[in-house]
Amino acid sequence: MQKEMAYSFPDEVLKHVFSFIQSDKDRNAVSLVCKSWYEIERWCRRKVFIGNCYAVSPRMVIRRFPEVRSIELKGKPHFADFNLVPDGWGGYVLQWIAEMAGAYPWLGEIRLKRMVVTDESLELIAKSFKNFKVLVLFSCEGFSTDGLAAIAASCKNLRELDLRESEVDDLSGHWLAQFPETCTSLVSLNISCLGSDEVSFSALERLVDRCPNLRSLQLNRAVTLDKIANILRRAPQLVDFGTGNYAAELQPDVFSNLAGAFSSCKELKSLSGFWDVVPAYLPALYSICPRLTSLNLSYATIQSPDLIKLVSHCPRLQRLLVLDYVEDSGLEELASSCKDLQELRVFPSDPFGVEPNVSLTEQGLVAVSLGCPKLQSVLYFCRRMSNAALVTIAQNCPNLTRFRLCIIEPKTPDYLTLDPLDAGFGAIVEHCKDLRRLSLSGLLTDHVFEYIGTYGKKLEMLSVAFAGDSDLGLHHVLSGCESLRKLEIRDCPFGDKALLANAAKLETMRSLWMSSCAMSFGACKLLGQKMPKLNVEVIDETEPPDSRPESYPVDKLYIYRSVAGPRFDMPPFLWSMDEAVKILH
Amino acid sequence: MSSENGKRLLETDAGGLNFEATELTLGLPGEPRVTSDGGAKLGSKRGFSETVDLKLGDNNQEVKLGHSLQEAAKSPVSKTQVVGWPPVRGFARRGKKSCKYVKVAVDGAPYLRKVDLEIYNSYQQLLTSLEDMFSCFTIRNYLNEKKIDQVNGIEYMPTYEDKDGDWMLVGDVPWQLMKSSEAVGLGLKTAPKYSSTN
Repeated sequence: MQKEMAYSFPDEVLKHVFSFIQSDKDRNAVSLVCKSWYEIERWCRRKVFIGNCYAVSPRMVIRRFPEVRSIELKGKPHFADFNLVPDGWGGYVLQWIAEMAGAYPWLGEIRLKRMVVTDESLELIAKSFKNFKVLVLFSCEGFSTDGLAAIAASCKNLRELDLRESEVDDLSGHWLAQFPETCTSLVSLNISCLGSDEVSFSALERLVDRCPNLRSLQLNRAVTLDKIANILRRAPQLVDFGTGNYAAELQPDVFSNLAGAFSSCKELKSLSGFWDVVPAYLPALYSICPRLTSLNLSYATIQSPDLIKLVSHCPRLQRLLVLDYVEDSGLEELASSCKDLQELRVFPSDPFGVEPNVSLTEQGLVAVSLGCPKLQSVLYFCRRMSNAALVTIAQNCPNLTRFRLCIIEPKTPDYLTLDPLDAGFGAIVEHCKDLRRLSLSGLLTDHVFEYIGTYGKKLEMLSVAFAGDSDLGLHHVLSGCESLRKLEIRDCPFGDKALLANAAKLETMRSLWMSSCAMSFGACKLLGQKMPKLNVEVIDETEPPDSRPESYPVDKLYIYRSVAGPRFDMPPFLWSMDEAVKILH
Repeated sequence: MSSENGKRLLETDAGGLNFEATELTLGLPGEPRVTSDGGAKLGSKRGFSETVDLKLGDNNQEVKLGHSLQEAAKSPVSKTQVVGWPPVRGFARRGKKSCKYVKVAVDGAPYLRKVDLEIYNSYQQLLTSLEDMFSCFTIRNYLNEKKIDQVNGIEYMPTYEDKDGDWMLVGDVPWQLMKSSEAVGLGLKTAPKYSSTN
């Protein structure tokens, strides 16, 4: 008797214990312990994350997890951000919404990334889920302000509406007025991506007025500087604020009004927006700068001296996004002022210019690596780099988890020695033992991949462009990187051998993207044939791949593991290599 | 997809493909890039001479672009770029509502090109860039009636298809108007009345 009790708890007890386990990985582990734990766990899983919407079907998710309240879905591959994925590729959310509408009446949260969301989908969300609270559309497209109006009108307890970086068809600004007077629940509103006509400011003001829990508000570019003070005075509890346009003729009363409004926001920790910045208005921020932990100036076209002044007022800064106008001098100031810095992103102000327009080099990043011991995440665009600098950075920052370097001109060598940058990136992977994400650039041979395969044991995502000499490079990565989940490659001489030799590896990853490489159509077909749990998809907008010899390389290739089988919604320029699918185009 | 700069540069000669014949330059295949002043004219990324100079796996085949692209000349105001490089997310959208990609077709050419109208600020810049792309043809400069240069004596007139589907002469409406609403596809149509000049 005693023994039985020790080994079996009532379901309710287990359920209660499981409710403390939030991470997906842990939940998945729990479900594998035994059949009864699998059953109990699946009935009490409330949150599902699907990293690739084509890896599983809505029906399968619903069948396994009948009581989900929160879902997150990702659609297009990352390289879609850079126009490498043709329009019409896919990632439609409608089917998911339609099936969940029936199965999950209590669904409260939908988070989507790089998916196509139509007004029809939004209208369906609005009318199907009575307890809908959170809608995050990150880099999505396909909808208009009509769809937003439906959400605003119907979702009585909406807490979060975040449209960051999405493309919205502007039809009218009146959708904001659709939030009923009774809606007072908003906590987060991000409309920074909307165009000029899409926001009715008076409706926005009234909304902000009646939502005392509003913590995060990102305005769009059309909102002018003089309006900021009004908004801030209505929402002094804001923690995260995105300005609109930060430009106006300098007028003392506007300035002091603005400065006063900012200083009344005692909780404000994070700022963004700053389109068209007029530097004279930056001092209006000084009263809150000491509390700032996050500053996104990636739209602010201000020069280094003004940036230096601002940054020197922000000793607690943990996260800075900025244009390369900051220059090496600005980064040196950052390194001496901001000892808590964890994340730095420096974007190019003139990415397509041939000559550098600013004095930003590897020196700036080296300075930050020296001065900011907590640095973990780097995204850096520059025009020159050296192995020596990379080695220094690696030694200074062994705690880096994300390192993305983009040397703007492809195949740029070490500017001091003219060597490839293999040794430099090698030092990064060797010293940064917790590195999870890496993007390479510059002149690179197969050697860099040897280093990556040898040392990059925790690497989950790798982005490669214009690098390598042969299949050996790809082989090093696929055979060495044990934690690899996402691999995206463009314009590299990687062909069939490495991929076919490491076919099984692909089932352990989320996805592989290869474009402008040397994979032949024949090898793709073979892979599709041999690996039924992989979807092997060839994209070619000019002509069907089978109209050319089998040895001809494919234009773009996207391979991902899936339990849902081949897609039903393939566009005409996409061919599945699955045996079961006859090519009908 | 319309041919993008550099994407086919990494083909091997497997299958007996004549690499040189299919490699992309910024002109049309088979046409040498020579301009009236005889010098090398580069409307492209100078880095491509490095990009192409690869040793492709087993074949050790070095491929070089036409000599004119080896010289690094400064591009005119804007340069035609590789799709998706550098990987700046939304750069074209920073401050702009949309990327205005249009297809460019030239009568008699087998390939279309894609240009992003957003990166040009005037007709002059666009025409200069088109001239680089289709350098074997003369593009009649409608802005100041100047003949640019001649290769085979045929002049081309830059036209575009507006949203009603009519073909319009480039320059008829102010630049911003064409860019923002009108242009669907650009074309370079032969102008029969100007068939052989000079």
